[in-house]
Amino acid sequence: MVSLRSDFLGISSPNPFWLASAPPTDKEYNVRRAFEAGWGGVVWKTLGLDPHIVNVNGPRYGAVWGPDRRLMGLNNIELITDRPLDVNLEEIKDIKRDFPDNAVVVSLMVPCEEQCWQDILTRVEDTGADGVELNFGCPHGMSERGMGAAVGQVPDYIKMVTAWVKSSTHLPVIVKLTPNITDIRYPARAAKAGGADAVSLINTISSITGVDLDNFSPEPSIDGKGTHGGYCGPAVKPIALNMVAEIARDEQMSNLPISGIGGVTTWRDAAEFISLGCGNVQVCTAAMTYGFRIIEELNAGLAQWMREKGFTSIADFQGRAVRNVTDWQFLNLNFVTKAEIDQDLCIKCGRCYAVCEDTSHQAIAMKPNRVFEVIDEECVACNLCINVCPVDGCITMRQLAPGEKDLRTGETINADYRNWTQHPNNVAASSSE
Amino acid sequence: MTSGVVSARLTDEQYQRNFSDVHLPLTAHEASIEADRCYFCYEAPCISACPTEIDIPLFIRQIATGTAEAAAKTIFESNILGGICARVCPTETLCEEACVREEAEGQPVEIGRLQRYATDTLMNIDEHPFERSADTGRSIAVIGAGPAGIACAHRLAMKGNRVKIFECLPKGGGLNEYGIAAYKTVDSFAARELQWIMGIGGIEIETGCEPIDSEQLDHLRQSFDAVFLAVGLRGVNALDIGGDDIENVGNAVDFIAGLRQAEALSEIPVGRQVVVIGGGMTAIDAAVQSRLLGAQDVTIAYRRSQSEMSASRHEQDWATSKGVRLLTQVRPVRIIGRDKVQEVELEYTKTNAQGHIVGTGENFRIGADLVLRAIGQKIVQISDVLTTKDGKISVKGAGRTNLAGVWAGGDCAAGGQDLTVTAVAEGRDAAEDIHQVLNN
Repeated sequence: MVSLRSDFLGISSPNPFWLASAPPTDKEYNVRRAFEAGWGGVVWKTLGLDPHIVNVNGPRYGAVWGPDRRLMGLNNIELITDRPLDVNLEEIKDIKRDFPDNAVVVSLMVPCEEQCWQDILTRVEDTGADGVELNFGCPHGMSERGMGAAVGQVPDYIKMVTAWVKSSTHLPVIVKLTPNITDIRYPARAAKAGGADAVSLINTISSITGVDLDNFSPEPSIDGKGTHGGYCGPAVKPIALNMVAEIARDEQMSNLPISGIGGVTTWRDAAEFISLGCGNVQVCTAAMTYGFRIIEELNAGLAQWMREKGFTSIADFQGRAVRNVTDWQFLNLNFVTKAEIDQDLCIKCGRCYAVCEDTSHQAIAMKPNRVFEVIDEECVACNLCINVCPVDGCITMRQLAPGEKDLRTGETINADYRNWTQHPNNVAASSSE
Repeated sequence: MTSGVVSARLTDEQYQRNFSDVHLPLTAHEASIEADRCYFCYEAPCISACPTEIDIPLFIRQIATGTAEAAAKTIFESNILGGICARVCPTETLCEEACVREEAEGQPVEIGRLQRYATDTLMNIDEHPFERSADTGRSIAVIGAGPAGIACAHRLAMKGNRVKIFECLPKGGGLNEYGIAAYKTVDSFAARELQWIMGIGGIEIETGCEPIDSEQLDHLRQSFDAVFLAVGLRGVNALDIGGDDIENVGNAVDFIAGLRQAEALSEIPVGRQVVVIGGGMTAIDAAVQSRLLGAQDVTIAYRRSQSEMSASRHEQDWATSKGVRLLTQVRPVRIIGRDKVQEVELEYTKTNAQGHIVGTGENFRIGADLVLRAIGQKIVQISDVLTTKDGKISVKGAGRTNLAGVWAGGDCAAGGQDLTVTAVAEGRDAAEDIHQVLNN
């Protein structure tokens, strides 16, 4: 029997899908709809001190589209909640009362003064919320006022504020990290040092989605001007996965819980984040693209995959991929593959040929009647042909068996593992061989 | 329903509905979705399937990136009649049949409709997209203002040559103007396109000329630097079973031309029971339009099997969807009627061991008050000194005839399919060759 129930920092929710702190969780009305649709939890849109901030009154979002206008990336210049603190707190209280089984975490962002944090935390505790998330990530608007990413980009500030918060509340504390830094491990370690119970990542990436070629304004354009916004959606998932993995495999982090955020769009994305160590995932852009009903696909898809794999709980596969994330230098150089084209599946578009011929290793032959064949003597197994092929499964990589000859190098495949640190070309390699 | 051949069988509204644009143009939204489907194949098979070798992946990518005008220019560089071709090409047996998405999912990219989207966009700006090169001082006579003649004239003019087109019909355009079903080229498209093509400058058209003969050809050879023959197939094959002089037995091409040139469709008389003899596009166009004019029963009688019809399967299905009956493996043996046609007697056929069609001896009759022959057209001979092959002017290379300074292309020239797009390719290629010969 598969259970999707999630227990993150002792906060229980019927499934591991939380809505991230963002427009979908700005109001009671939205959150009620989300829970009725089946979402496991929400992180309430970031609260701040009164007087509440104001938002721009022109477009808040910019977009990057794939074919057929599929939304691949979204950016926003919206700030934290633009409603009075009292109103939000009242609504949080009502929601928690009506949905006791769902997770309600409150995102917070106040100035870097201990008193400010103490005051707001007391009020949040009164709502019955399950935890707090510290927004150290917002890259626009608030960071210029010394909040959001302005804190998240300085590990010492992260540690200091986290410590204040931990000493002022009994609630679990999640620190939300900004990806707009060079090495995610430093802010993560600072959060841990400050006593954080978990980190969540990634927040949005500083971005300009485009330029209006009529008035030469960045997008989204406000009266002919634009500013960098926070980028999210399917396009940022690879960046998020890497940052999650870097933290998950960092020995200094010693299994600090992670809430995964960044382009989670399908159940598959969620399974990937969780297998890289996340305890749950937070979703925003997918809901903002398709509405709350996608939760049905997320739940059913994850459950089906878990059943197929024999997993009964989220914990069964959480972190399964972490041990397989390594440094380049430890990759097995004796692992040799060659691309293979399934002629029955091939639709003869020739894209593999064009890209291999023009931009890679001239390892595909174009034969009469548009038959495309891999030239093993030239194929370095770069994978580009597979990446550009429109037909899933048409081109695959075949691993050469030990004893087989690699026609490109003329070398016989060795069954032993050998990495760069052991390679003769590596002048820094140990000479003990 | 009134028997016999009568006009005004339908209401104005019905005529309008029946003869409106057969494929509505794509909207910008539809074009964008469809353009996204193109894979931008390497040496794309659609290009080689197009007789004019339009760079299809490039023009579709240009549509996808919001530059339909540039897309149209890509099309017109290869095929100046890209507008009409987008409407009349049997794309299902050309570019779209070759599309890899046909192999992948049985649903090719709608290349024809995308081509129409691009060409319509540019032509609606009403600016000619090409500039004429400096005058070469050469002048060429083009005989026939059909697709081959127009394509040849445009290319020659663009390269700085002067062109005079001689056309024996009252209007230019050839089959684009006088043939082709009306619903494929609505709103006088053929005439508008011709005028737009003339925008290159350096082309003069004389209509209503006498059909060319041997003497005139000699004269033209002397007064022009080169002559391009694009006279088409003005002759119509006869049935050889008698009855040609019976009233309401006629040629499908004349029926179609009459329909195309009519002021009002209600003026066009049509039978209650129509029999069209033949299996090509002309037969389909005549039969479908008969139905659309209000005929009750329309039968296409073809002597071979359905798969051997030269009209594509798509066109056959189009005809049957309009209520046309396809009767195959039958041949007409007698046209019956005292002064007006009343019946057609048909005989079942089979193919013998030598591959010839032979009658089985079993005959039957079907009622007919209009019989249209669509069993092929033939060239009206111009000159004894022009050599021919299979009844058409024989050509070598890019349309060179056996006479120095005389080129030929389009339906009147041997080889190639009798398609608009083939005629355009032949006209264009002959122009390039003529220009090369005259200016080197």
